[in-house]
Amino acid sequence: MGKITLTQVRKSFGETHVIPGIDLNIEHGEFVVFVGPSGCGKSTLLRLIAGLEDISGGKIEIDGTDATDLPPGKRGLAMVFQSYALYPHMSVKKNIAFPLKMAGMDEAAIEAKVQSAAKILNLANYLERKPGQLSGGQRQRVAIGRAIVREPAAFLFDEPLSNLDAALRVTMRQEISELHQKLATTMIYVTHDQVEAMTMADKIVVLNAGRIEQVGAPLELYNHPQNLFVAGFIGSPKMNLITGAEAQKHGCTTLGVRPEYIEVSADGPWQGTIGLAEHLGSDTFLKVDVPGIGMLTVRGSGEMHLHHGNQIRLGPQAGKIYRFGPDGKAL
Amino acid sequence: MSTQSNRAAARLMVAPSVILLFIWMIVPLAMTLYFSFRLYRLLSPERSGWVGLANYTWFLKSPEFWQAIGNTLALVGGVLVITVVLGILIALLIDQPVKGQGVLRILVIAPFFVMPPVAASIWKNLFMHPQNGLFAAVSRAFGADPILYLENHPMLSVIGIVSWEWLPFATLILLTAMQSLSSEQLEAAEMDGAKPISRFRYIVLPHLTRSITVVILIETIFLLGIFGEIFTTTQGGPGSASTTLPYMIFKQAIAAKDIGRAAAGGIIAVILANIVAIFLMRGIGRNLDA
Repeated sequence: MGKITLTQVRKSFGETHVIPGIDLNIEHGEFVVFVGPSGCGKSTLLRLIAGLEDISGGKIEIDGTDATDLPPGKRGLAMVFQSYALYPHMSVKKNIAFPLKMAGMDEAAIEAKVQSAAKILNLANYLERKPGQLSGGQRQRVAIGRAIVREPAAFLFDEPLSNLDAALRVTMRQEISELHQKLATTMIYVTHDQVEAMTMADKIVVLNAGRIEQVGAPLELYNHPQNLFVAGFIGSPKMNLITGAEAQKHGCTTLGVRPEYIEVSADGPWQGTIGLAEHLGSDTFLKVDVPGIGMLTVRGSGEMHLHHGNQIRLGPQAGKIYRFGPDGKAL
Repeated sequence: MSTQSNRAAARLMVAPSVILLFIWMIVPLAMTLYFSFRLYRLLSPERSGWVGLANYTWFLKSPEFWQAIGNTLALVGGVLVITVVLGILIALLIDQPVKGQGVLRILVIAPFFVMPPVAASIWKNLFMHPQNGLFAAVSRAFGADPILYLENHPMLSVIGIVSWEWLPFATLILLTAMQSLSSEQLEAAEMDGAKPISRFRYIVLPHLTRSITVVILIETIFLLGIFGEIFTTTQGGPGSASTTLPYMIFKQAIAAKDIGRAAAGGIIAVILANIVAIFLMRGIGRNLDA
């Protein structure tokens, strides 16, 4: 099982209240991603769940039992660290076996578990090597192997892919998703990369300054952001946020239009000058300077033959605008 | 940057200092070797000449020599064990976050700045002195007779004093090593369910092996030549109970004024040091490889 419930969880370092109070339910088998800008408290929240930081107030329940004061080793959770935190003097096999050895399991059972974990993670040929002799992706797998042999109630990942290069990151992302399908265990994953969040999560938790801005499925956050922060954070390139007279016309303080929902057409309501055109083949990204509105990012098809300095007319697609009130909440 | 020509230039430019260092080393060694086969007594300068291995055989036959070898090894071994074990414990303690950590660390490191004869004098006169010493006062407070440290336990006393001097060095090196251990590794071990003792045994101690090796090698180099502490406290006595090899050589050269025998002792000391070095490098040297 792996149901985790946070009730009014707070964390302060001296006078700084990193997490002022969070309520969150994580269901069994869910892949939950904590996402937010750096310093938003997402790693701290993960460490609170892991038990590596003492909680300043509130309650953490794991599978219905109060885990607030349990030491990390007793919570039945396994964590994969950003630096992998492999034990450099132990071979891959000993690294993976370490939690079992600490649990006092007998040699034969340990050996069987290590072998099966190595098979799942394609590490069978590297068991005798030291972590220093492995590539980044392999180290990552060893760290995951060390986590899965314990058969934890939930896996905690703390930005596990940030040390890998772009290509490997995509591969490992898929591997972790597949692992989640295979094991069907709860996973909590911390990242600042919204692409990772969108592609992997069942449920995304958007954090900002220690508060939960919105919780929901990836597409729900994309389609129905509840506030300006989520609107600006989810989606790449970022949503265009327009203030001033143009927003007033739509009866709101801030008008949001995603770059993919702005159309370039001869009868568009806005007129602007292209500042930058990025031709990626599949897409074209335009930066358009519209007088009275500001810089807009526009995503068009790959066949758009527009360049710096061109005058174009453009406008939002009907029904694809987001309106936000003066408090930043969606209207 | 390593073409044939600039490698040759590099050799040429390093050559003067290498040659100077070589002469610096080889001339004293050659002179010592030369004197070790000669009869050369300052009290009877008119008698001289080659004596073959007589100086060496005198050493090897002298019962004091074997005692000195034993004392030397006991001093080196004893101080190494005490400084490494206590050094690890103290480093663990002062690595904890406490108030006044900076001052505490300076206090721990302070003994290293006291020069050996001063340290030995302090211990001899303020701690171990049978009338005025602190230890004697403690003994009397418990109603016991003061222990005559330097008379009845000379070698243990010397080991204690030298350990006190070298403990800060070991602590300092081991503390910096401990601080270089990534906290994520300890946290990972904690998540893996390792108790504090297991974390020390499986994570901290393996991380420290290289630093422990460095401490052992460096301390051994200096401990083999310990002289000032013995000269200041026991003068090698009572009898020759605390005479080490360097002190025995000193007695031959300065007290007996027999340069030939002292030179032979010096050569034996060089051989002994090399044997110790070979054993150390065989035993723990591989810890230094990355």
